[in-house]
Amino acid sequence: MITFTARRLIALLLTLLAASLVVFLVLQVLPGDPASLMLGTEARADTLAALRHQMGLDVPAPARYFGWLWGMARGDFGVSYTYSVPVAELIRARVAVTLPLALMAICLSVGLAIPVGVLAAARRGRAADVAAMGVAQLGVAVPNFWLGLLLILLFAVTLGWVPAGGFPGWQDGLWPGLRALLLPALALGLPQAAILARITRSSVLETLGEDFVRTARAKGLTRRVALWRHAVPNALVPVVTIIGLQFSFLLAGTVIVENVFALPGMGRLMFQAIAQRDLIVVQDLVVLLAGSVIVVNFVVDLAYGVLDPRLARGGAS
Amino acid sequence: MKGVWRRRNLLAGLVLTAVILAAALVSLVWTPYPPTAIDILHKLAHPSRAHPLGTDPFGRDVLSMIMVGARNSLLVSVIAVALGAGGGIPLGALAAARGGWVDDLVMRATDLAFAFPALLTAVMITALAGPGAGNAMIAIGLFNIPVFARLTRGAAMAVGKREFILAARAAGRGDIAITLDHVLPNIAAVLMVQATIQFALGIIADAGLSYLGLGTQPPQPSWGKMLNDAQTYIYKAPLLAVFPGLAITLAVLGLNLLGDGLRDLLDPRLRRAR
Amino acid sequence: MTRLLAATLAATLAAIGTVQAAPKDSIIIGMTLEPPMLDPTAGAAAAIGEVTYRNIFEGLTALDSGMQVHPLLAKSWTVSPDGLTYTFALRPGVTFSDGARFDCSVVKFTYERAAAPDSVNAHKGKFEPIASVACPTPETAVVTLKRPTGAFLVDMGTNDAVMVSPVSAAGNKTNPVGTGPYKLVRWVKGDRVELARNPGYWGGPPAIASVTFRFIADPSAAAASVLAGDVDAFPLFPAPETLDQFRADKRFHVQIGTTSGKTILALNNTRKPFNDIRVRRALAHAIDRKGLVDALGNYGTPIGSHEVPGDAGYIDLTGMYPYDVAKAKALLAEAGIKPGFTMTIRLPPPPYARRGGEVIAAMLEQVGITVKLVPIEWAQWLDQVFKQSDFDATIISHVEPGDLDIYARDKYYFEYHSAEYNALYKQFAETNDPATRLALRGALQLKLAEDEPNVFLFALAKVGVWNADLRGLWSNEPIFANVVSEMSWAK
Repeated sequence: MITFTARRLIALLLTLLAASLVVFLVLQVLPGDPASLMLGTEARADTLAALRHQMGLDVPAPARYFGWLWGMARGDFGVSYTYSVPVAELIRARVAVTLPLALMAICLSVGLAIPVGVLAAARRGRAADVAAMGVAQLGVAVPNFWLGLLLILLFAVTLGWVPAGGFPGWQDGLWPGLRALLLPALALGLPQAAILARITRSSVLETLGEDFVRTARAKGLTRRVALWRHAVPNALVPVVTIIGLQFSFLLAGTVIVENVFALPGMGRLMFQAIAQRDLIVVQDLVVLLAGSVIVVNFVVDLAYGVLDPRLARGGAS
Repeated sequence: MKGVWRRRNLLAGLVLTAVILAAALVSLVWTPYPPTAIDILHKLAHPSRAHPLGTDPFGRDVLSMIMVGARNSLLVSVIAVALGAGGGIPLGALAAARGGWVDDLVMRATDLAFAFPALLTAVMITALAGPGAGNAMIAIGLFNIPVFARLTRGAAMAVGKREFILAARAAGRGDIAITLDHVLPNIAAVLMVQATIQFALGIIADAGLSYLGLGTQPPQPSWGKMLNDAQTYIYKAPLLAVFPGLAITLAVLGLNLLGDGLRDLLDPRLRRAR
Repeated sequence: MTRLLAATLAATLAAIGTVQAAPKDSIIIGMTLEPPMLDPTAGAAAAIGEVTYRNIFEGLTALDSGMQVHPLLAKSWTVSPDGLTYTFALRPGVTFSDGARFDCSVVKFTYERAAAPDSVNAHKGKFEPIASVACPTPETAVVTLKRPTGAFLVDMGTNDAVMVSPVSAAGNKTNPVGTGPYKLVRWVKGDRVELARNPGYWGGPPAIASVTFRFIADPSAAAASVLAGDVDAFPLFPAPETLDQFRADKRFHVQIGTTSGKTILALNNTRKPFNDIRVRRALAHAIDRKGLVDALGNYGTPIGSHEVPGDAGYIDLTGMYPYDVAKAKALLAEAGIKPGFTMTIRLPPPPYARRGGEVIAAMLEQVGITVKLVPIEWAQWLDQVFKQSDFDATIISHVEPGDLDIYARDKYYFEYHSAEYNALYKQFAETNDPATRLALRGALQLKLAEDEPNVFLFALAKVGVWNADLRGLWSNEPIFANVVSEMSWAK
């Protein structure tokens, strides 16, 4: 187990290193110069050179790459070209929007999908199952940004209950912030919930057919108890894996949903930084996003090893 | 009862997919109006006999734009699937056939590819090469490669343990020959189902990219761009935000149903689980 | 004693009463783009000026919404007859918000810093004519020029020429320190900048005590924020398509004004076939400017040359190339352009370009030209179009006021070269006499309209929406500014 973990950890670090190199190389060939973007059309050649020197852009690329890596290793993410403030500070403010959004979406989709999926499996073939799976089938097909638009259309334009977008910040208390994230979280979470509900249902059905559940039933447990005490916990193991895998889709989803709802999150920062050629911010963000996906998958892998169904099965029989 | 229901799924999928496909094909030779023709006098018209789905802020016919949008969206997605399958299947088959460090390398590479959220890859590519349908195809196709590679590897390894493969190997046949003659035909069904699913995902991804302004470029209409325009006019012409989204949903729904139906039809082992 | 007590009580109650009924003295102003930093002498972003100009920073002179020059940190000035020496009498007793004194040494520092080899001033060219700055007394600044420069007082009133203190200049990007009526309180990146009164301001306290600039890029979110009252004013409102709603609502004032934005279809004058004047004129005839403005719904005004209505010296040349498809086709045929000819238009991000490009493509289709639209980011526009002149055509709004000089430059991205124009421009630039300047300005516009190096489309409108009780906002916006000290609440 320990060597397995160590090997995965080394692989993880190597993957991150490769990711950092890829993004750095890609950004080197990106057309456009951050200095000239800052100074606009009336800038003179000597002014541009002066600014480039100030920004450290006249340092050769390999030196910049290793400088960046060394900085990150010490927890220093560098200074934004456009804002002239530490990137860590910029990203922290954006994480305060994106992370709650992603968490709300995950809670929403898990909280909705698991009961619905289990219920559908328990009532397999009956009206509730058919209806739930029909809705889920539709939910999988709805793109999250269109769902966002429809929610805006209903709750902001027609009913006028919430603003059509924007984020008031957390300084006025928890509620205004949460309220602004509610519709985006719905837009993001509902399609995920549809996928998850389908997976939960088939996973529960599969477990229900397994020997240990049959044994439990034979021992005289009611169908209900057998379902909740034995089938569901085991069925959730693959569901957890899927949640882990969905994390990457969720991050990509926040990028687009933040655009629909004009939220100042990491996705918007990424677009803005690419447009402004604030390369150091782009590099940091990509490594951070890729890193969090890698780490989440790593944790899920470990959890999978711990929760291996065979171990749980041994305990149940 | 269940069998009928399942076949109903397949049928619904076929019908929906056929409708979208027909709209796309018909748009090649005929649309109610030229999809790019601007008619300022009739801008933001409500649905009527002349314009069944109304007109957009420039007075363009929404139905015509959705028809041509179907063509553009299907095209991007089909090519992205082809790219993904063309790149991923050989890689996966290679990894399964050779094993060892080749397998390790391919799997680590797919790990790396999965670590980049797909949309980020697309944003980077379009920032680098400029937005456009072609680059959207490449971006989505690149994301499809590891999907097909992993699936092919897994399925090929499972098949590789079966007796007839072992027999072929014992008979001294080479890896490539075995892969082509025995492995691929046996996993074709799984790949086919996956292709349908990736096709549907590709349509959503293409719509997302063009919503962000990174996909198909105007004056060519695209569903995502139409939704983006609609958002600007959401107070004035809310219906504009409905029809393109409906088109995306129906196309994806159709393909998903088709994929599910195909899976049931082609892979009896999966039936038990459903 | 009791009377005194009663009087005190009454006064106290009155004071409490006034506190309760105190007129609102804070405002929230909406902006689409966030400034990348807050030092106007180190970057070109319009948003820097919208936040800081005459709020945090002040120059020797000030510009108003009619581009007129007023005294600010200079009380008055005299110009020598040869137009080479400007003697400014500086306002005494002015300090920066950190307490540093403002005097002639600051003027010398500011101007020399802007012209220095390591200067990062986006408009360094404005300081290039300065030969020297002398300080005979702390309250007198004598600026000597290398050659007569008609626009010098205007240039020194802009955002790029504001006074910065030697002590704090280096930190101005994130912690701006100026002599203005407001100072920075905090900046929540990606969201807002907050300013409050500068207690030591030389001009006394302004009516508005605190101002928040909120950054809302999305048009529908911007409209929603004004409707909900989250924002008191959106001086450059990004959602003109929602204006009807605000017009119908008594709570809001809708302002349509002018800016200096000359929106043009810029052509690469050295590239075939755009080097042929017949082709350029054909394009001008093929584009229906009125229809374009209607389609965009952005309240722009068609223009016929590189000047906007409202500018001193503007002449109306929109009749020169009326919308005429037949004429356009004939001119194209004459120039040997066959139907099906394909040209590329590069489109930077603003809606006037992206959406305008779609409309222009449809119009050019009518005369047999196929248009390929290529959307690009600003960084690419600056690199490919502006720096390398690697383009056929692009849609762009030139927002610098009075920038007729760009057509006289040796190297400018659209590559217009005319000895005749250059001579006219030299004459204009070196004249101080107002009447002659006006006449020459007209002549320059006429020459441009005749040569039509670019297709002149429309003047970008200022579309503003604000609370009907708010006073003192500019109705026209020739330069990017929100002068908060001129604003107040009615009642």
